[in-house]
Amino acid sequence: MSQGVTHFLEMGGYARFVWPAFGLAGVLLVGMLVQSLRAYRQRQGELERLQQDGRGRRR
Amino acid sequence: MRAFRLLVQRDLRLAFRQGGDAAMVVGFFVLTVILFPFGVGPEPEILARIGAGVIWVTALLAALLSLDRLFTADYEDGSLEILALSPLPLEAVVVAKCLAHWIVTGLPLVLAAPLLALFLNLDAAGYPVLILAMLLGTPSLSLIGAVGAALTLGARRGGVLLSLLILPLYIPVLIFGVAAVEAAIGGLSFRPHLMILGAFMLAAIPLSPLATAAALRQALE
Amino acid sequence: MRLSAAVLPWCAIATALTLGVGLYLALFVAPPDYQQGEAVRIMFIHVPAAWMAMFVYGNLALASAVALIWRHPLADLAGQAAAPLGAGFTLLCLVTGSLWGQPMWGTWWVWDARLTSVLVLFFLYLGYIALVNAFDEPTRGARAGAILALVGVVNIPIIKFSVDWWNTLHQPASIMRMGGPTIDASMLWPLFLMAIGFTLYFLTVLLIRIRTAIIARKLQVLRMAELEPDEDFAGARSAS
Repeated sequence: MSQGVTHFLEMGGYARFVWPAFGLAGVLLVGMLVQSLRAYRQRQGELERLQQDGRGRRR
Repeated sequence: MRAFRLLVQRDLRLAFRQGGDAAMVVGFFVLTVILFPFGVGPEPEILARIGAGVIWVTALLAALLSLDRLFTADYEDGSLEILALSPLPLEAVVVAKCLAHWIVTGLPLVLAAPLLALFLNLDAAGYPVLILAMLLGTPSLSLIGAVGAALTLGARRGGVLLSLLILPLYIPVLIFGVAAVEAAIGGLSFRPHLMILGAFMLAAIPLSPLATAAALRQALE
Repeated sequence: MRLSAAVLPWCAIATALTLGVGLYLALFVAPPDYQQGEAVRIMFIHVPAAWMAMFVYGNLALASAVALIWRHPLADLAGQAAAPLGAGFTLLCLVTGSLWGQPMWGTWWVWDARLTSVLVLFFLYLGYIALVNAFDEPTRGARAGAILALVGVVNIPIIKFSVDWWNTLHQPASIMRMGGPTIDASMLWPLFLMAIGFTLYFLTVLLIRIRTAIIARKLQVLRMAELEPDEDFAGARSAS
């Protein structure tokens, strides 16, 4: 079993090329997603705060 | 047509009165090319091999150097707005300014190129083709550069930004400009390369003023 | 806005599913190539990334054309939201190409026509992003960026043609054929799924980014409105 895993991880001797490629793909895709989500949350929060402020003052 | 001629004359007169522009561009061109023998060594064979490429690359950079002032002065003192309101279409204004820019910077580059070819020990067969190729290629450089100059009007760090935008678009001119010279040196037919360079120029004459005028309009809004 | 809110979760789920199945097929099911061995698996990232690099530029150009012709504000936002994603995919394509090239060609970089064109495309993306962010007025940046994107569309075929031609002239001594003559179905499927997964991912993140931009616009309007009456000045200051 563990031999199977190591065999798989070795990628026929190409491990140092295959895994960085997949790793970079993961890092880039997740990174862009997280960055976009964080910006979204931040703006959404600001908007809510501002709207509440406005309502509070109008009262 | 008269207005067009007047505009070209005005730009030329401005350039000559301030002087410097053409001299600076040619100075940069010559100095940068002269740096190469120090970088790669003075062996005549190596210099001859890379000569055409070095001259072309440096010509691109020299042309770029003067571009960020193509519209800036007119933009800042407001004459660009007057030009935009004049009966002459803005596209024609752009062509006139490009023509003046080419006469002031492109033509001196073409004239300086044979001298630099001499420094770089370029094969004699390459000289006429180098001049022809630069005559056909440098107008494209002015025209393509005008788009970038108009787009970066009023931008922060306009000069650096301009080079980032424009240099990738210069690659085709570079490729065929160098290829023409190398073909001539290698004894091959150089006509197709020159014709493609000419085609680039003919395509740029209508297309670039279109984009440049659009960019100028949005800058003036 | 409401439509995007309804579509977004489905997009996200579909992305996760296709990418998951695609990765499984790419890593476990697809057979190693008879020539390239396991290194061929890089293809399942590299090729879809290359497709995305072009596809996103197509979207960017389309959005730019719409923005310039109909002056639709959403098109500007879509273009600006897409560009960094396109740059990301282009970078991914370049780096994986390099990682694939090292074992296959023996160098990290060859001036292969395709690699070179993609490199130029990457610079076009960077130029667009830099130009859009170079103005104090966001609308000017958007307009200038749209014009640049369209100029790029005219130029990309010319650049591609020049680079192809230049490359045949300077053909490197030994170039291996990519992927081999025929692609087996066991390789085509993961490739296809990964490509769809990347596209769905792009859609998902694009929607999030467009929503963010819309909210940012709203914030701007709200803040302007708050600034107008004098006594609210202090309140707006503390909120920002």
